[in-house]
Amino acid sequence: MQDLISFAPSSISSAIAQGLWLIPALPIAASGVMALLKQPMRKLAAALAIGSLSCSLLLSLVAFGHVLAGWARGAVVRETVNFAWLHFGSNAVDLGWVLDPLAAIMLVMVSFVGLLIFIYSVGYMAHDENFTRFFCFMSLFAGAMLGVVISNSMLLLFMCWELVGLTSYLLIGFWYQKPSAAAAAKKAFITTRFGDVFFLLGIVWLFSQTGTLLLYNHGVGSLEGLALANLLTQHAALGLTAAGAIGLLIFAGAAGKSGQLPLHVWLPDAMEGPTPVSALIHAATMVAAGVYLIARVYPLMQIGAQPGGTTASLTVVAWVGAATAVFAALIAVAQNDIKRILAYSTISQLGYMMAGLGLGGVAVGMFHLITHAFFKALLFLGAGSVIHGCHEEQDIRKMGGLKADMPLTFITYAIGMLALCGFPLVFSGFWSKDGILEAAQHSTAIKGPFYLLVFGALLTAFYMTRQVCYVFFGYWRGHHPAHESPKVMTLPLAILAFFAIALGVIGTPAWPWFHAFLEGRAATFSWHGFAEPGLLGLMVASSLVVFLGLGLGWRLYGDKSPKPDAPDALEKAVPWLWTALRNRLYVDEFYGVTVIAFYAWWARVVDWFDRRVWGGIVALVAWLFGLWAQLNRLLDVNWVDGGFDKTCEELSTGGGLLASVQSGRVQNYLRILAVAVVALAAILLWSSRP
Amino acid sequence: MTYMTTGFATPLAGYLLVAALLFAIGLAGALTRRNAILVLVGIELMLNAANLNLIAFWRYGPHPEALTGMMFAIFSIAVAAAEAAVGLGLVIAIYRHANTTDLDKMNRMKG
Amino acid sequence: MNPVFYILAAFTLAGALAAILLKNLVHCVLALTVAFAGLALLFLELDAQFAGFAQILVYIGAVAILIVFAILLTEGSELPKEGVFSNTWFVGLVIAAGVFAVLGWAVLQGVRAVPQQTAVPVVTVHDIGNALVGRYVLPLEIVALLLTAATIGAVIVAMHEKEGPR
Repeated sequence: MQDLISFAPSSISSAIAQGLWLIPALPIAASGVMALLKQPMRKLAAALAIGSLSCSLLLSLVAFGHVLAGWARGAVVRETVNFAWLHFGSNAVDLGWVLDPLAAIMLVMVSFVGLLIFIYSVGYMAHDENFTRFFCFMSLFAGAMLGVVISNSMLLLFMCWELVGLTSYLLIGFWYQKPSAAAAAKKAFITTRFGDVFFLLGIVWLFSQTGTLLLYNHGVGSLEGLALANLLTQHAALGLTAAGAIGLLIFAGAAGKSGQLPLHVWLPDAMEGPTPVSALIHAATMVAAGVYLIARVYPLMQIGAQPGGTTASLTVVAWVGAATAVFAALIAVAQNDIKRILAYSTISQLGYMMAGLGLGGVAVGMFHLITHAFFKALLFLGAGSVIHGCHEEQDIRKMGGLKADMPLTFITYAIGMLALCGFPLVFSGFWSKDGILEAAQHSTAIKGPFYLLVFGALLTAFYMTRQVCYVFFGYWRGHHPAHESPKVMTLPLAILAFFAIALGVIGTPAWPWFHAFLEGRAATFSWHGFAEPGLLGLMVASSLVVFLGLGLGWRLYGDKSPKPDAPDALEKAVPWLWTALRNRLYVDEFYGVTVIAFYAWWARVVDWFDRRVWGGIVALVAWLFGLWAQLNRLLDVNWVDGGFDKTCEELSTGGGLLASVQSGRVQNYLRILAVAVVALAAILLWSSRP
Repeated sequence: MTYMTTGFATPLAGYLLVAALLFAIGLAGALTRRNAILVLVGIELMLNAANLNLIAFWRYGPHPEALTGMMFAIFSIAVAAAEAAVGLGLVIAIYRHANTTDLDKMNRMKG
Repeated sequence: MNPVFYILAAFTLAGALAAILLKNLVHCVLALTVAFAGLALLFLELDAQFAGFAQILVYIGAVAILIVFAILLTEGSELPKEGVFSNTWFVGLVIAAGVFAVLGWAVLQGVRAVPQQTAVPVVTVHDIGNALVGRYVLPLEIVALLLTAATIGAVIVAMHEKEGPR
């Protein structure tokens, strides 16, 4: 076991680290510009998107080179740039980004695969009228994903995480006029949101326990030293420490995003989006974000593990991953839509990645993530090419014989398929999957996942063979003849196929460069790597499993091309199993009956409450106001108005009375005069009495 | 009561009381009769009562040689005559207009 | 007190009462004339001979006749339907009584204070003439003016209106 070279931190981050923010910022800025463009300005949109992502790729390569140089010198490179964003009271909300081997590798992978898919999309989406909008969203996604990769602050990570989810929603529902697409987009968003609630809880808990949002901050970050140790001392429920509980909460968020078992339901439906979207988001990058998150907070998940043992959170991660791997692989066996098979395959492989993280550590899981990104993107783009060539047909029962019509697509697709199955030695998938299997075998604490993962490998080989047989072998069962795709689509396929093979080199036991790079060790080339106990045996065993799967698939499906309406070969054999698998093991129906039904009922209850109780109160207040108004009106009419009117009436009457004095009759006037004189005289006489 | 008997004893008081009674009668007539002309009659009686007062005071007052009371009464007679003329002319004019001399019916100045 | 005074007083007052109480207007005027005569005699009793004769000349000779003419011109000799007294005659009576009460009270109260001389004044027409154009020339002239105005006024007021252009 190589010793860790002593960590030599540089407190001043290099210029490259300072400028790291440009990598996500450029695509986001391009997206902003594209949002203002008119739809017909296609060339400009494509140029902006591809240009900005190319610049990001260049910068990522520069950063990677910088980290590589640091690694070659023997230092563990981790440069952070942190700053306070908001101040409230004596606290502050910090944001920041980090440049370390994990981030560097992800940056290169995301920007490279993304760039290839962008170029592919120029050809794929050429006939779509919403070309500009597509690239705007894709660019925004690319920027957000790169933001997730580099962020050092949980808050920044969460913000970019949500942005990634948003763009996924926008892109799945790209053809929003289709009700199924709109529903799928909603499903994706809500399901991942459900996981994100737990993620947010985890972040808040972490912040409250450690007092900082930053992961690495010269020793005072939440994943460093004292803070991390403190988390171990706090106890949460069910015998978990705070570290374990927070780890599980964060895993819940990752499970939503990466389609782990209970929250996987959105991923197959997400195939409603255009194929480049499926390739980029739901194969290579976004779904990998969950895995990347676990890798990022791995110190949190790992702390407290005894030597040879593991923590509760990692156990959960491993089991969930293994269960997902098998579950999804089973369902993939019975699907007929070319993209859906690949979607379930993605879920299954994500399960593998999670199991790898749980059982073997960051490097094991991340290696599979990197290789999977390439060959899964390859498979999706190949499927897109097939769909494009078959005039938008997606049912594999209506395809066939395409290896003659679309040779380039066939060759690259076959390479991707074999990499996914884990065909021994040549393909990268073999080395990455074997790494996981080896970790599972050697794990002393967790035993079950190994067998599940082996069974999953068998199933993977089986269903991929089935798919390739249906699509490329046999004879054509569609209506119009198929044609090969244009160069702009096949060139990225070729590049990805190359990497699907080549990447295996950096992860073999003989030269475990990838693992060493991530862990900051030196990597040496030595054939003794193969001399690990049980390794050769495992390699042989997994190869046999792969061949068994391939053979079984060929046996059942081979060159036969059953009619589209005819039952599947497996269906004829075990019809009950076939129906269950065909219906995706009834998970969606289960959710519909439980969660959704409950939610609908709850919504009805709340609606009733809102309408009757709150509405009642509002109506009551309104009625009281009405009453008050009536009262006022009564007062006004009767008292104020009435009083006023009465006064006027009285005045009028009084005036009338006074006027009646003027009778117009002279004798009356004379009488009054006489009375007045009498009165006056009486007064005078009375006052002058002696 | 004592002053009444002594007061009544003087001739002046007697004339004055007669004048007062005459005045009251004239006023009563002016205030109660319907006919406009009789109102004028009442007025003439009132004026005459005043004249009687004047002459009585001249006769029994100091300095009757100054002839003040007498002069006053003579002028009063003259003025009364003129006034009677004008007043009756008015009555005639009103009679021509309203065709009646009933004062109860003349209320066109009613307010 | 002089018994002549009482007789003459009674005579006058009777005439006055009759003047206001009789129904026939012409009878009223005649009673009024009696009252005027009684007053003239009272003046004579008071040694104001000139005033007495002036009273007869003016009042009986002119004013009474004038009133008769007026009655005849306004057809006042016919009895009105509603009666000769006003509807509210009682009020008038009360007021007149009130006036008499006050006057009587004034008389009875004040007369004691006035010293009375009982010497008979000798007044000749010569004296009256001298006074008229001497001391009282201004009132004389004004009365003349007044009489002129009254004459003209009475004529105009009582004249038939000409149907002039409107």
